[in-house]
Amino acid sequence: MANIRIITEKCIGCGICIRNCPFNAIKVENKKAIILENCTLCGSCVSSCKFEAIEFEKDEINNTDDLSSYKGVWVFAEQKNSIPAQVSYELLGAGRKLADQLEVPLSAVIIGSGLDEAIKELIAYGADNVYAVDNQALKDYNDELYSDVLTRLIQQYKPEIVLMGATTYGRSLAPRVSSRLNTGLTADCTGLEIDPEKRILLQTRPAFGGNLMATITCPNHRPQMSTVRPKVMKPLEKDASRTGQIIRPEIKLPDEVRTKVVETVSVACEMVNLTEADIIVSAGRGIGDPKNLKLVEELAQVLGGAVGASRAVVDAGWIEYSHQVGQTGKTVCPKVYIACGISGAVQHLAGMSSSDTIIAINNNPDAPIFKIATIGIVGDVLEILPLLINEFKARLGK
Amino acid sequence: MNVIVCVKQVPGTNEVKINKETNTIIREGVESILNPFDTYAVEEGLRIKDKTGGKVTVISMGIPSVADMLKETIALGADEAVLLSDRAFAGADTLATSYALSMGIRKIGNYDLIICGKQASDGDTAQVGPSLAEKLDIPHATNIRKIEEIKEGYIRCQRLTDDGYEVIEMSLPAVITVVKEINEPRLPSLKGMMRAKKATIPVWTAADINADINRCGLKGSPTQVIKTFVPVHEIKSELIEGAPAEQASKLAEKLLSMRFMKCV
Amino acid sequence: MEYFLTEEQKMIKELAARIADEKIAPLAIQYDEDGTFPHDIVKILADSDLTGVYIPEEYGGFGGGVLEMSLVVEELSRACGGIALAFAGTGLGTFPIILFGNDEQKKKYLPDIAAGKKLAAFALTEANAGSDAAGIQTTAVLDGDEYILNGTKQWITNGGEADVYTVIACTNREKGARGFSAFIVEKGTPGFSFGKKENKMGIRASCTRELIFENCRIPKENLLYREGMGFIVAMKTLDRTRPGVAAQALGIAQGAFDEALKYSRERHQFGQAISSFQAVQHMLADMAIQIEAARALVYQTCRHIDSGAKNISKESAMAKVFASDVAMKVTTDAVQILGGYGYMKEYPVEKRMRDAKITQIYEGTNQIQRNVIALELIKEMSGKK
Repeated sequence: MANIRIITEKCIGCGICIRNCPFNAIKVENKKAIILENCTLCGSCVSSCKFEAIEFEKDEINNTDDLSSYKGVWVFAEQKNSIPAQVSYELLGAGRKLADQLEVPLSAVIIGSGLDEAIKELIAYGADNVYAVDNQALKDYNDELYSDVLTRLIQQYKPEIVLMGATTYGRSLAPRVSSRLNTGLTADCTGLEIDPEKRILLQTRPAFGGNLMATITCPNHRPQMSTVRPKVMKPLEKDASRTGQIIRPEIKLPDEVRTKVVETVSVACEMVNLTEADIIVSAGRGIGDPKNLKLVEELAQVLGGAVGASRAVVDAGWIEYSHQVGQTGKTVCPKVYIACGISGAVQHLAGMSSSDTIIAINNNPDAPIFKIATIGIVGDVLEILPLLINEFKARLGK
Repeated sequence: MNVIVCVKQVPGTNEVKINKETNTIIREGVESILNPFDTYAVEEGLRIKDKTGGKVTVISMGIPSVADMLKETIALGADEAVLLSDRAFAGADTLATSYALSMGIRKIGNYDLIICGKQASDGDTAQVGPSLAEKLDIPHATNIRKIEEIKEGYIRCQRLTDDGYEVIEMSLPAVITVVKEINEPRLPSLKGMMRAKKATIPVWTAADINADINRCGLKGSPTQVIKTFVPVHEIKSELIEGAPAEQASKLAEKLLSMRFMKCV
Repeated sequence: MEYFLTEEQKMIKELAARIADEKIAPLAIQYDEDGTFPHDIVKILADSDLTGVYIPEEYGGFGGGVLEMSLVVEELSRACGGIALAFAGTGLGTFPIILFGNDEQKKKYLPDIAAGKKLAAFALTEANAGSDAAGIQTTAVLDGDEYILNGTKQWITNGGEADVYTVIACTNREKGARGFSAFIVEKGTPGFSFGKKENKMGIRASCTRELIFENCRIPKENLLYREGMGFIVAMKTLDRTRPGVAAQALGIAQGAFDEALKYSRERHQFGQAISSFQAVQHMLADMAIQIEAARALVYQTCRHIDSGAKNISKESAMAKVFASDVAMKVTTDAVQILGGYGYMKEYPVEKRMRDAKITQIYEGTNQIQRNVIALELIKEMSGKK
């Protein structure tokens, strides 16, 4: 059985491993480290030990599958109303680099109905091939049907890498598919690279609310699957002159479907959805009163952004849960995050700290939000917001 | 309705802080908590039981001390709780975890609905729910914010999507994962606490649930963590000083000077 | 400090503390401002079984006594002394039934109160009968199988919100205090109505109203104990519930102290946390000493009462006086430590100072309590001679 072992002759009890253990599963007794029972075998300690005193005994994993029969990089292109989601293009941008490095083709897979326009777009954004399953019955996303179709495609065409957007649908579909294929899946990746020697995918993702990054591989199973956080990868410049091959596989749909979507409701007033927004203006307890949300909404509107909120504001019933950013809400990484009257509890930071630029407006100079803010304003948010709205209106000519 | 709720013990996240000098995680104390999303899963299970009768069974996989956390779910009103605990389970990724849970759930048997929290606060993967459903060959729906109707063999519920919500009908048994919006968890009752104190939590090993140990723990995990590191946030913080009007004007100028803002 | 609570008592305290921290604390300022009655908190207390801690097991309760009740009151009051009164006021209205009710009466009322389905209230005070309870004007006249009640009770905690009222009325004017009797009156009885809600300085989430009886007819079976025993019912009840007021005061003081201590570590002046200044340190130390002393006295008094001791008036009065004076002092100092912020409604200490004041006044002013204590002391002395 796999195990992490301390080589007691080498261990000097320095305790560096304790500080590197994310699970608090090591202690030092009599100047020797001891691995506790809550160890999850993550291996963080092994590389941290300067004395090579920690040994990771891994079991030989026998996989009789011929890994080399899997070739190519796939991107699952999520669509809505036959239009690919923005994250699909981002994945093509990331997938292009991986495919070029591996010298294999990059393919997009799209499932839906009336996909001709979408297929052209996917090629223009970098796909060498597009696998399109175009069927009226597949028009809207359905967990069961989509997972069935995607699994069959993967089994038939054997890609070595499959990337999907870490959207609501992507994070529901991907684990269903990977579980059926008994392969690995890494959630919500923010970094993708190829290990040039082993030709395997290095998937980097945040854990513990972004306080720890982990690089994860799937060495002995194929395909290597990841869901990728929206807004992190960069799409290629659109090139309408690009050409690609279109493959339209015949897939028989299952006779019996146990899941049915009977109604879809888009909440119109929110303008932009949080996870896809470039700009988020977010309200915290510091706005004082639900009626002051108007200011936050107005600033978001002027900037073409979305409205976020801290847990306190949602719990107080001032705004719907769908706006909540943070550990028990949504994880976002817009280009600009404007925190209005948000003090910055750890749980909130977990949901937004990877934003490119963070602006904090708060009257308490000691608020934790200022520690991660790119630009800070210490002041009364209710006084600053109207001024800011006017500034932008004037400068943007709105 | 018989409901099974899957829960996980996670480190109390308030304790996760970074030592800026050594760039390592500081964990003051060793407090462990029930994963926040799972508290909503437990509550929803109890509400279904309150409405339709039946039984709520809670299952977790973890080290032996997780039994204490499971007792808390008994105090809340769960009828039974079982713990899967075996060194063979250690190092499990989401695939191996969902395999082990599925075998434990097969042993419990006779269920209508399985509820999981949307995701765990330590891993944030949100993968175990759907993967578990696949292992049990039953349908699933993620991010459920409301159960509109549940009866023999049928559930209709609202799933939060990226731009709104959708109403989903599924046959039962099924797996749902729930978001915070679905309910407000109750506190334990005095009678529940007394019952919890007396309760013993059965601990099942891999052998007890007929699990193939090649599919458990690190051995059964296709993914491997090869490196962990603390992200270096090079934050150059800048405070804008001055009178409010001046602050607003400077901020607007700075923001609009960023390249992408041009297209606003 | 280790107070050697039983496992069950620890559970009660822990559960009440969770309700206080998770459910009451976030609402305290808002409820204080609006004066909303905390129905939602009552529901939570009921669901958690805490509403029955002091009610005998055979009537659906948990079988605890004054200590169990006080532990709950203390913890709830840490978050809000006003909200805690929905619970404590019910205790005050229920104890007469526990102590003096016959089996029929207990069966009829206690299970619903234990389950939190019904709240109770106790009605003694009148416009001209405060410290001098013998001045009661409300009358009850037997007419066939019914008593007819007439008169007005003043400043009744849980008035209008409670379902069950223990009312002290005069059945025989000539006999003075020995002419009083205690009755159970249900909300909704014809002739029983409520005055307007009082606008109070503190404990604003608690509902205080007049009870108005105009030819209110109640069945003869609703007489508690015997005619002429009303004063005894009232005094024996108050002896047992005064530690509850003490516990309320204790909780208020603890809550204020916790805020002050936290603030003193966060607030920086002259380049350092104000907790590093000796002037503040000494205030904090004194506050902590007084709170701990009050807690020791309150818990021990509760145990003394629960042990079945006969003479409890003096001890019960001592606990009430001491804890309420501590609460006033500690909350005042907490406001002082928070300085200007402490005076602002956004910060949660001025409310505690307002809430604390009532504990020196109701269920017998501290002046009356000192009279009681002195009289008992003199009585004991003369008994020895």
